[in-house]
Amino acid sequence: MNWTAIAAIYKFEMARFFRTLAQSFISPVISTSLYFVVFGAAIGSRIDQVEGVSYGAFIVPGLVMLSVITQAISNASFGIYFPKFIGTMYEFLSAPINFLEIVMGFVGAAATKALFIGIVILGTAALFVDLQIAHPLAMLSFLLLTCLSFSLMGFIIGIWASNFEQLQLVPLLVVTPLIFLGGAFYSISMLPPFWQTVALFNPVVYLISGFRWSFYGLADVPIFVSLLAIGGFTVICMGVIWWIFRTGWRIRA
Amino acid sequence: MTGMVEIDDVRKIYDGGFEALKGVTLTIEKGEILALLGPNGAGKTTLISTICGLVTPTGGHVRVGGHDVITDYRAARTMVGLVPQEINLEPFEKVINTVRYSRGLFGKPRDDARIEQILRRLSLWDKRNSAIRELSGGMKRRVLIAKALSHDPRVLFLDEPTAGVDVELRRDMWEIVEELRADGVTIILTTHYIEEAEAIADRIGVISGGQLLLVEEKDALMQRLGQKQLCIELQQSLSELPEALADFDLDLCDDGASLVYTYDTAAERTGIARLIAALTAEGLSVRDIQTRQKSLEDIFVDLVHNTGNKEDAA
Repeated sequence: MNWTAIAAIYKFEMARFFRTLAQSFISPVISTSLYFVVFGAAIGSRIDQVEGVSYGAFIVPGLVMLSVITQAISNASFGIYFPKFIGTMYEFLSAPINFLEIVMGFVGAAATKALFIGIVILGTAALFVDLQIAHPLAMLSFLLLTCLSFSLMGFIIGIWASNFEQLQLVPLLVVTPLIFLGGAFYSISMLPPFWQTVALFNPVVYLISGFRWSFYGLADVPIFVSLLAIGGFTVICMGVIWWIFRTGWRIRA
Repeated sequence: MTGMVEIDDVRKIYDGGFEALKGVTLTIEKGEILALLGPNGAGKTTLISTICGLVTPTGGHVRVGGHDVITDYRAARTMVGLVPQEINLEPFEKVINTVRYSRGLFGKPRDDARIEQILRRLSLWDKRNSAIRELSGGMKRRVLIAKALSHDPRVLFLDEPTAGVDVELRRDMWEIVEELRADGVTIILTTHYIEEAEAIADRIGVISGGQLLLVEEKDALMQRLGQKQLCIELQQSLSELPEALADFDLDLCDDGASLVYTYDTAAERTGIARLIAALTAEGLSVRDIQTRQKSLEDIFVDLVHNTGNKEDAA
């Protein structure tokens, strides 16, 4: 294992993040605050409680997931797409590194950035609502697995994309709607029975449900199903990446 | 003795069916400078890319330092540095960081003293903290070389290293190549500039249509294929070539004031003495005589052109 190369990629990617640290920090703080103003104060004042939790506190896990997922995807997809776009991919192909090491460097950095954003949002949320974390270890595990799995997904999107429009396509048209419809701002039990069944086909439901359980012990689906879902998603992403690098799809002629 | 780079019957057919390499076999010895000449689309870059891991060959084997580039890629690639044809660099990154990064990618620990040495050698030290987008084209090309040298490769591939750079920088590059050779680095360069191959290469390979047409010592190549021209300046101009000189390969130039005789240096008899005797017999007085060696460019054009004609005929 070429640990020096993994560290080099990781540090190089993190340096890009640190160059724009103020933006990286301020942007999630502002957007989270806006969500609290709009959903927490304006709409939340009309919703009393959801299953015994104040609406403001109820939406925190969903808000964290929303940002962590979008950040993980965008950081990882941009991270690997940029060398393809400017042509520096040749260095990875000619260096004595294998694809697992490349993935570890890029996905590790993207997951770290997403984790940082997640923690910033949790900190911001704590300023607005009384935050309870019933199962801290489970919360951290869900957060880490989400950062990792969606960074893997972002990496796949970055390899697949041939232009900047494609880079935005999946996050905008697929991921964001799935998160909004995945119970980020409501409980699935609040939906009519038919839509409750439809919602169960949305993989993000399992993620948000499990994450919310780690805060308040409330879940739309059983916790082990949530763990299986996120674990399964991670394995699928890893399998796709393994195939990409085995075949050199969109990387090597 | 095994070569530093051994290329054995390497073939490449791209997905679209285009056959870029049609069985190339070549051995490059340690410490030599090999120039690969060829027209656009000849397969030069594909050959280099195959050796460096950018392109997977359809058939054949490549070994660097005895290590197969596919099955033992780590050992093979550790020995190789690549300067690509295109200027592919991170525009917002500082020069020193991007060179350090390349060293890290090749698994070498950080060594600021070595990086400083490389940057100074390439006259980049003063620009080490500049963002790459602020550099001139020539400087960017130097950064590419610095990146390729950052992990101390034993084999350096330069894919059109002086394309689009000014004469002064080109000569600087040649000096750098010469210094690297003195350090025992094996250098393979592709170029369109025949002057470049003539100036720095030990051997020259000519590639066209995915085939290696020849590989020879530069001097031997020029001698073997070289033709010379004898320019004879006459005292009196001629309106046409006299009948008695029709047997010679002569051209009348400068409005009849000069005769140009083309002859083969490798031939048993050059025919010069016979020509001078024939001129004297015709009563033509000679004012001056000079010879001109056929350039490598002429040789190259002849070779590629002749091969093209043969393929067309086939």
